[in-house]
Amino acid sequence: MNRRVGKTVSWQRHWLGMLLVAVVLVAVPFVAALGGQAWVRIANFAILYIFLALGLNIVVGYAGLLDLGYVAFYAVGAYTYALLASPHFGIHLPFWVILPFGAALACFFGVILGAPTLKLRGDYLAIVTLGFGEIIRIFMNNLNAPINITNGAQGITLIDPIRIGDFSFAQTSTVFGVSINGPHKYYFLLVTLAILVIFINIRLQDSRIGRAWQAIREDEVAAKACGINTRNIKLLAFAMGASFGGIAGGVFSAMQGFVSPESFSLMESITILAMVVLGGMGHIPGVILGAILLTALPEALRYGIDPLQRMVFGHPVVDPESMRMLVFGLALVLVMRFRPAGLWPSSQRRRELSEGTH
Amino acid sequence: MDTLLQQLINGITLGAVYALVALGYTMVYGIIGLINFAHGEVVMIGTMVAFTVIVSLAGSGMPLLIVLGIGLVVSVIVCMVLGWALERVAYRPLRHAPRLTPLITAIGMSIVLQNVAMIIWGRNYITFPPMIEKIIYDIGGASFTNVQVAIVSLAAVMMVGLIYLVHRTKIGMAMRATAQNPHVASLMGVDINRVIAMAFVIGSALGAVAGCMVGSYYEIAHYQMGFMLGLKAFTAAVLGGIGNLAGAMAGGILLGVIEALGAGYIGDLTGDFLGSHYQDIFAFIVLIVVLMFRPSGLFGERTGDRA
Amino acid sequence: MSEKPILLAACEVAKHFGGVKALHDVSLTIRRGEIYGLIGPNGAGKTTFFNCLTGLYKNEGGYFVFDGNRLAADAPHKAAAVGIARTFQNIRLFGNMTAIENVMVGRHLRTNANVFGAIFRNPATRAEEVAIVRRAEELLHYVGIHERAHDYAKHLSYGDQRRLEIARALATEPKLLALDEPAAGMNGTETEALRLLVEGICRDGVTVLLIEHDVKLVMGLCTRVAVLDYGEKICEDVPAAVQKDPRVIEAYLGGSVA
Repeated sequence: MNRRVGKTVSWQRHWLGMLLVAVVLVAVPFVAALGGQAWVRIANFAILYIFLALGLNIVVGYAGLLDLGYVAFYAVGAYTYALLASPHFGIHLPFWVILPFGAALACFFGVILGAPTLKLRGDYLAIVTLGFGEIIRIFMNNLNAPINITNGAQGITLIDPIRIGDFSFAQTSTVFGVSINGPHKYYFLLVTLAILVIFINIRLQDSRIGRAWQAIREDEVAAKACGINTRNIKLLAFAMGASFGGIAGGVFSAMQGFVSPESFSLMESITILAMVVLGGMGHIPGVILGAILLTALPEALRYGIDPLQRMVFGHPVVDPESMRMLVFGLALVLVMRFRPAGLWPSSQRRRELSEGTH
Repeated sequence: MDTLLQQLINGITLGAVYALVALGYTMVYGIIGLINFAHGEVVMIGTMVAFTVIVSLAGSGMPLLIVLGIGLVVSVIVCMVLGWALERVAYRPLRHAPRLTPLITAIGMSIVLQNVAMIIWGRNYITFPPMIEKIIYDIGGASFTNVQVAIVSLAAVMMVGLIYLVHRTKIGMAMRATAQNPHVASLMGVDINRVIAMAFVIGSALGAVAGCMVGSYYEIAHYQMGFMLGLKAFTAAVLGGIGNLAGAMAGGILLGVIEALGAGYIGDLTGDFLGSHYQDIFAFIVLIVVLMFRPSGLFGERTGDRA
Repeated sequence: MSEKPILLAACEVAKHFGGVKALHDVSLTIRRGEIYGLIGPNGAGKTTFFNCLTGLYKNEGGYFVFDGNRLAADAPHKAAAVGIARTFQNIRLFGNMTAIENVMVGRHLRTNANVFGAIFRNPATRAEEVAIVRRAEELLHYVGIHERAHDYAKHLSYGDQRRLEIARALATEPKLLALDEPAAGMNGTETEALRLLVEGICRDGVTVLLIEHDVKLVMGLCTRVAVLDYGEKICEDVPAAVQKDPRVIEAYLGGSVA
């Protein structure tokens, strides 16, 4: 983790690489738009998932805490935004108030869940977080009576888009002569957020806190003996992950204009976890790859399976929706079978595995 | 008072089913430390297979009990093969992989099985033909049916059988040894692969029986039913102390009773603020509370840090 | 020796597992600047004593007074914070971290950078980080494994792993360094090097509590020795006297104490 050597030598190449990435990032929505606006939305979701996956990466990848209820924090953020910026209660607060508030609320939930449970063994923590996720979802589903708070399974509609003064993210506007529509704007917002979370992930990795997380992951008893207050440090990871989930939820709400409990099922938590593990736990490029693949794959299958069936059999043989999920499930199994450390693990993990120790 | 009794009866019935499914989780976990997420789906497949067999034999003129029996046996066999195949194909190659890898595989298999079931049996609810004539017994203002009696007694027989198997047979001893220390067990001549496969096979058989029970109790099946059932059963296993057979049984019954009582009384407790559709949260609330005070479950061994 | 102030006093410390008494009212005092040996046959309760002292176990009876204060060590990190560092009998390093990173983790306790510091890398954090690296390098030098600084801990040789564990413990700036069988599995040369290291550590002002099986090492190194047998302290004296004590000889069955 000490990359001090060769820092000055390659900085030119470094900047060149950055420039290239920036050009690609700017080009993506315009290229995607050629295939239809749907692809811009898919790109947006891919980036939202990168954000979520990297938030979860702090919890699972760095601190080694298996969180199966991550979506609960996403839901808290999403509903906070939805309730405070929609006709449902007639409240329309600006996004820069709600997003931090949603993050703080998610963080708070993370702490009250984490504080009593973080001393639990890994798998117990997994099931407790999973249970917490379900509890949140059930409440969102049912808190429409006797007082209508969440509007139940129908969800909340007409949520305000993100708006800065007169600049609304829902409308098309012209910037420097280029016409930019809603999804494009959200794309650039999301990219900014994703870069932020990548930056934070990188900075944390090489810090006093990051080392403490890694130490806990390696050997909790030894970490304690080194004077690390393991409970607090774990709680920190948990709370940070939760905050990121909260922010992602708020942006999701604003972007969709609609939230319902359906978006926050356990399957969602599992998908985000799968992104982290399938990509390569703890390795930022791997996690990004995992998030992009697992967002793009089901979409690609959605568009690809029906024509494929017609081509091969002349007519659809099986329901494309279930075929899509089937392939998704098989992909998870196969990747884990042949790349147990993930598609793009850090070189260190790869070495661990080839030695047969873990 | 009669509500209490009624909910207790319903809770024990449901709990018996949870307990059987929980045993499947706990056996696998106890031996290889894996949360077999696909176990709920195995149970669902068990229900579906039993349904298909029973429906297709219903018109054959065979006596009802024989038809039910064949349905049960076929579903048990299918699930045993499925459980064996799961272990052999999906989990065994990952035995030395990082801890989360087999978990993702299990989740993947769960998705695969669900969607295979949807392709075979469709996405709608399947209703079991009302073949068993229900006899209702009354006690003290509450009632129970012959189906409930059958479920609870069959579950009891299965559990006793499992305890006998684990504590009195050679393969049972091998299982316990492997759970303690697989490496040493293998040095003593225990065929680890066989033991692990057996845990999957037995767990799946119990799951199939539980699946048949659920089918005959609710008379309804759905390709997604395994998910919540599996989740509850896993919760029951953790509640009892995962890896502990008696714990899984007790945890299952306890969870069933808590859920039934919770569903029966939540309206009264919260002044009708929360209704019975909150039934599902009891399992998780109880779980969180229990683990806060007993971090290894109710009957789990306390595993302290060792230096 | 006896005029030096007391650093650690254990008073009637008791611990049992189920029905087994692992420690039975063990009392002992360690003075500043000592190398204090704790010996005894296998299963005598030495490591249990360590675990109670460092907060890994909760002792049912008795208490510890450390540096003038009663030790409320219900958590290992608190023990480390007041100045008790330890190593483990079955080496517990962070295997997938490099040697220097292991020592850097040891600096956690005496440094302050929080999440905001980590993210923004303000001057204070950067300065602290530089200091952490420098101190870690010094400590690796001190224990003599600096040339392995950037190798993964799990790739170090056995003897080097023991040294790394000591360096990591020293990074927490302990007043008392508790070593749990540091010479186990070492050959003669390595043991001799270890002896010099421990002497050096003591000379540099850290009191050492040493659990050891290698009786020869203990006798040559320690200023005073306590002997545990079946959870009870049967003797506490200078090495020469301990060696002659009939109870100790009996505990070691036939007196392999020499």
